[in-house]
Amino acid sequence: MSQWIKFASESSAEQPSVLLPAIYDIIWGGLSFIIVLVLFSKFVMPRMREVTAERTEKIEGGLARAEKSQADASELLAQYREALDSANKEASEIRAAAQAERIAIIDEAKKAAATAAAAVTAQASSALESDRARIATELRRDLGVAATDLASRIVGESLTDDARANAVIERFVADLEKSAGR
Amino acid sequence: MVANSIAVQLQSVLSVSGDEGGGFHAPTISEFFPGPLLFEGTLFELSRINAIGLLMTGLLCLFFVLAFSKNNFVPRGIQNLGEMAVDFVQVQIIDEILGHKGPRYAVYLTSMFWLLLAFNITGILPLMHISVTSVIGFPFLLAIVSWVVFNFEGVRANGPGAYLKNNLFPAGVPAPIYVLVTPIEFISTFILRPVTLTVRLLANMMSGHLLLVLFFGATQYFLIESAGIMKAVAIPSFFMGFAFTLFEILVAFLQAYIFTLLTAVYIDSATSAEH
Repeated sequence: MSQWIKFASESSAEQPSVLLPAIYDIIWGGLSFIIVLVLFSKFVMPRMREVTAERTEKIEGGLARAEKSQADASELLAQYREALDSANKEASEIRAAAQAERIAIIDEAKKAAATAAAAVTAQASSALESDRARIATELRRDLGVAATDLASRIVGESLTDDARANAVIERFVADLEKSAGR
Repeated sequence: MVANSIAVQLQSVLSVSGDEGGGFHAPTISEFFPGPLLFEGTLFELSRINAIGLLMTGLLCLFFVLAFSKNNFVPRGIQNLGEMAVDFVQVQIIDEILGHKGPRYAVYLTSMFWLLLAFNITGILPLMHISVTSVIGFPFLLAIVSWVVFNFEGVRANGPGAYLKNNLFPAGVPAPIYVLVTPIEFISTFILRPVTLTVRLLANMMSGHLLLVLFFGATQYFLIESAGIMKAVAIPSFFMGFAFTLFEILVAFLQAYIFTLLTAVYIDSATSAEH
């Protein structure tokens, strides 16, 4: 290096060495450096930080918002699903209940019908029975009366006369038929 | 340095081969002493290079003020560029090297990177054609600032004793070896770091400028002052100059990046508990 200094100073005797800083170069350079330092510290870097922070905030805020709406949407979907499920369940319960009720109603109706039929049958058979009993009673009484009548007539007429007897019997039967036709 | 000696050699070759137009001036270091424009002889002497530096500072400030004046939630136009500019240093240097320690140094490192790039790029900008950083003043200043910052931060983080011990007596070395290691560590950490920062940037910018002056100077010389077939040499010379102009864009960016990156690395290693 010293050779270079020597070379440099030799090559132009009236000039100082290129390695010797001139005070005014340092002053002007320093002034420039201070100006740029002040500009960067008071203006450029704070502005840069400001806009970068703003961007970071906006991007992060946007992401948070997107996440939140995503969560909201999933929650809503879950709610809908739940509501749909419970509605389906309720519907099937209602259907099952309706089915059971229908069966119960049919059974009840069948039972009532059977009871009514039985009652009707019983009533009819008891009516028949009482009719039969009444007819039998009536028949017995009529037969008794007819027998008594017949006997008296036979006794009153001559029992030997066949023609008479036959006429009496015929009359008797006709009377009987008459009384039966009544 | 290399470029300078090449230039000298080329000049001697040219004069030996008999082209005695006398119009070709190889660039010398007087390129980097343009002389005062204003305030000559005072502390505030303003050379053409200083004026370019102030102009670039103004343009840089204008750019960032315009970029961040609206500060829309959705960036448009120049705001995109401004945010990319801040983001580049943040992602590529601060997050990469300093991690969670980064925010404390964001203003410093971002300002330094963009001012360095603005000062480097003037080497290829029309009408300027000289890097502000090809004069030692500004690289030296920034290297001193880096040195002060990383030492201050190291002491702040570890305390003066532990900081010096970490740097001068690295762990895991047998005691007698410290005789060798400690002076080396002292020189490399506390002396060579600012020197290499300064010289790496300065030499890159100087050599780039000298190469451009050399090739475009030669182009002009061959085209105007040489005779006959020699005029054709202006063509490769021009394309070399053009290629180096593109290369200088890369170098301007790369040197700003390296300077800022190394500063971040120094701060990181100084503030680490053990290293």
